[in-house]
Amino acid sequence: MVNTQKWQGSRIFFNLMAIAIISVVSVISVIPFIMVISGSFSDNSAIIRDGYSLLPREANLDAYRMIFLFPKEVARSYLISTTVTVSGTLGGLVIMTMAGYALQRKDLKYRNQLAFFFYFTTLFSGGLVPWYMVVSALGMRETLWALIVPMMCSSFYILLIRNFIRTIPDSLTESAKIDGGGDLYILIRIIIPLAKPILATVGLFLALAYWNDWYLTSLFVRKNTNWPLQFRLYFILSNQIAISTGGAEHFVGRSLPTEAVKLANAVISTGPIILLYPFLQKYFVQGITIGAVKG
Amino acid sequence: MTNSKSALTAAEARKFNPLVVFSAELWKNKVLYLMVLPAIVFFITFSYVPMVGIYYAFTNYNYVDGLFGSPFVGLKNFQYFFYGGWNSPVWLLTRNTVLYNLVFIFLGNALQCFIAILITEVPGRLFKRVTQSAILMPYFVSFVIIHAIAYNFFNAEFGTLNTFLKSVGANTIDVYGIPWAWPFIVLFFNIWKGLGYGTVVYLASIMGIDREIYEAARIDGCGVFKEIRYITVPLLKPTFIMLVLFSLGGIMRGQFELFYQLIGRNGQLFPLTDIIDTYIYRSLTINFNIGLSTAAGLYQSVFGLITVLVTNAIIKRNNPEQALF
Repeated sequence: MVNTQKWQGSRIFFNLMAIAIISVVSVISVIPFIMVISGSFSDNSAIIRDGYSLLPREANLDAYRMIFLFPKEVARSYLISTTVTVSGTLGGLVIMTMAGYALQRKDLKYRNQLAFFFYFTTLFSGGLVPWYMVVSALGMRETLWALIVPMMCSSFYILLIRNFIRTIPDSLTESAKIDGGGDLYILIRIIIPLAKPILATVGLFLALAYWNDWYLTSLFVRKNTNWPLQFRLYFILSNQIAISTGGAEHFVGRSLPTEAVKLANAVISTGPIILLYPFLQKYFVQGITIGAVKG
Repeated sequence: MTNSKSALTAAEARKFNPLVVFSAELWKNKVLYLMVLPAIVFFITFSYVPMVGIYYAFTNYNYVDGLFGSPFVGLKNFQYFFYGGWNSPVWLLTRNTVLYNLVFIFLGNALQCFIAILITEVPGRLFKRVTQSAILMPYFVSFVIIHAIAYNFFNAEFGTLNTFLKSVGANTIDVYGIPWAWPFIVLFFNIWKGLGYGTVVYLASIMGIDREIYEAARIDGCGVFKEIRYITVPLLKPTFIMLVLFSLGGIMRGQFELFYQLIGRNGQLFPLTDIIDTYIYRSLTINFNIGLSTAAGLYQSVFGLITVLVTNAIIKRNNPEQALF
């Protein structure tokens, strides 16, 4: 009886403390987004007079109106981000699924050597410069290829897919083999449907990496007609760099972006992710869990 | 008789000829090898061919003469990188990279564990779901957004911080001119972005703990604090140690995007915030010093390989099943 009393006491105290801490951490996680969104809806002259604040100042849609005054620019970056994300993700999935499937086949004599061949690249690399020179030598500079191809494959994902396919029982593929189905048939008809969870996970992480990438653009693409959203945003945010590298022609015909416009661009660049987040979150959580258990 | 015997040995010899064995295997599984081929081509192109380019580190590279035509300068690039004792680039960059990563790894994992334990124990499904979504959100945005957030908050003229300071009548501050503030800002954003992901990993690990242990403890009158201290924490310890060790293997790899988006080219802040990755990037894209940049990259790769091998040896001794190789 005494025990139960004590248990309840400590439980109530713990719950209050835990709710308080988790709430504070959640608010800290979200508040920067709210501030950016508030800024984007603020009146620009109000920002210049009083500065940004937590809630919008003299809220209006001017910043968004200004961006959509020249909708072509944003639309083009959207198109580029989407093209890069979709083709990179699909291409990467196809290449890595085939590799992962072949690597787990026990009748493939050199499977372990090949796995090591892939794995070794995570242990040692030539570094940024030699890699940069190879991509340049392939003539990918200034093209979308430079934004798609160099990050298509990762040995970690290949081995993750291999490990998952390994858990599919052989009995499921045996009958197809007896019926005379080839390796490609087995992969497409039997393995891929069963490996959907891992393929969805890898696909989502790959798509996120492509959508959020600005690094490849900063290295290989100077031409602003081939800029994806994230790099365009980076360019807009860092004005000094913009002027010093002679990129001012990007703003020809209109004034430099105002404060509110900068943040409105941030909101527009992240938009799709935040909109998709509630639907995709479940799959990401599953994916992180699969990766954590297997990796 | 003798003829057939020698024919037999010839056939047997063929079986052991490595080239024959190799091509027979390729032919037998041709479809499977064709399936791996694109990935092989990818890694040869983007990982193995660049390894040849390590030679850049030993040249005074110029674009006209190319990789093997540029003058060979031996270890001169390394000398520059290593010159200056405690003020040498190598020491400052290694110190920054390693120290930042150590704090990121230990503090990050500890907080992720802590939040995961709280979320497991707290009542209310909806509360758990909503807060978990909130904490995971920063993981999904690009580092450019972190740039935007930092700008929005710290900007000297219009930043939210200074708006607040003005409203309470205090003096405004230009955070971009205060070098010592940035290690904390960088740390904050690192923890902020990674907290949700790590929490999910630890939550999965806690879910794997046998519920019966908790029920038994409850029947014995064990309170929630004791439960955490004597059941959850000890059972999470192996996961914690493994994740920390794996991260320690990559201690030479800096968080390039985080540092570059927050610090950028603000040279005033470099002494406390420059890491190997940002140094290599600037050497390549601003100074176009190919030799030096490659040398720094090679140093990072070699040192990085050593740390992976050491941590793997430690993992192998404690927990052979989890070892990488």
